[in-house]
Amino acid sequence: MFNEFTKGIFKENPIFIILLGLCPTLAVSTQVVNALGMGAGVIFVLLGSEIFVSLLKDFIPERIRIPAFIVIIASFVTIVDLVMQAYAPSLSKSLGVFVQLIVVNCIILGRAEAFASKRKLGESLLDALGMGVGFTLGLLLISAIREILGAGTITLFAVGSFDGVIRIPGLVSQPARVLALAPGALLVIGFLKALFNWLEMRKQSREAWAAEAAPAPSEGGAS
Amino acid sequence: MSYIGIIITFVFINNFILTQFLGLCPFIGVSRKTDSAVGMGFAVIFVMSMASLATWAVYRLILVPLNIEYLQTISFILIIAALVQLVEMVIIKISPPLYKALGIYLPLITTNCAVLGIALIGVRSNYNALESFVAGIAAGLGFLLAIVVMSTIRERLDREWVPKPFRGVPIAFITAGLMALAFMAFDKALLKNLLG
Repeated sequence: MFNEFTKGIFKENPIFIILLGLCPTLAVSTQVVNALGMGAGVIFVLLGSEIFVSLLKDFIPERIRIPAFIVIIASFVTIVDLVMQAYAPSLSKSLGVFVQLIVVNCIILGRAEAFASKRKLGESLLDALGMGVGFTLGLLLISAIREILGAGTITLFAVGSFDGVIRIPGLVSQPARVLALAPGALLVIGFLKALFNWLEMRKQSREAWAAEAAPAPSEGGAS
Repeated sequence: MSYIGIIITFVFINNFILTQFLGLCPFIGVSRKTDSAVGMGFAVIFVMSMASLATWAVYRLILVPLNIEYLQTISFILIIAALVQLVEMVIIKISPPLYKALGIYLPLITTNCAVLGIALIGVRSNYNALESFVAGIAAGLGFLLAIVVMSTIRERLDREWVPKPFRGVPIAFITAGLMALAFMAFDKALLKNLLG
């Protein structure tokens, strides 16, 4: 059961492993605070729509299930959009049109169709949480790389006298600005994906090596 | 903004893929072969221009008079989904060869963020009907340009030696990043120089 939660974070991470929901990922990853806001929005929409789809799956006719799912998702996206405009106007402004675009984020429709429409409520809930958290962590990683190297800062929420911006000495004055701009997003995700591929390949070759090497010690012991 | 300004903006300066990151999934997914990239590009132009016109009409003529603008996300996505279905049916009826060329890409376009993106951007920029239509075509042309250039590069890359972990998607992203770097040459100053 717990596996439904953790698989979204590592093994089936929506961003790095199954490459879903890339458009918002790249567009809003210029600042860490945007990644947090977007992640929260996506987690909420995923949770809401997976719960509703899972509850309503027996009542929705097979033929119109996709439009029905889209309406459910769009309702939750509208809630997020309105709440964000009301309580976090600056965040809403910097995320711009991408809040509303959560509705076409392939992760959400994908999970609703592939998972929630077939499983029980509890499993769907954990799946939504896992996928949402996995998405947020991936987004955080990309935005942290882009902001730290591209601007030399880490932007969080402003609290009291702290303006919410951590400046990294040495990098603020001479950042690699290209990483904070549009090309940087594509380059960072390309290199990260390659890194994950390399890790996966190394793990596989190690396992193959271990499987080959396993009988060896017993042979050695016999002689 | 003049119509030429809108076209230059959406094809080059705010290219949907390379600067706005809208429509990346088909951009990475369908750019392996030039033929399919061209098919996808034209299907996107077609749907985007239709969708921006249709959503403009619904927004100005229904949502605004009734004061229910907050329903735009829901209504736009349903319009786009219905429109794609309609386009598919019309194309099957009128031109089977065209359907053969574009058919498989049409369902993919429904969940393409670029189409909903142009509809929302059109509303946010207060375009009139013709401006929305032109913006839809221009954004589609920008998509076509990017995906065709990308597919030609990827066809070449298939024959080159690429380090194993970079094969497939990672090298495609890095290529796209370098293309985006080139597209940074197109900026607002260029538009100013061109149109005065």
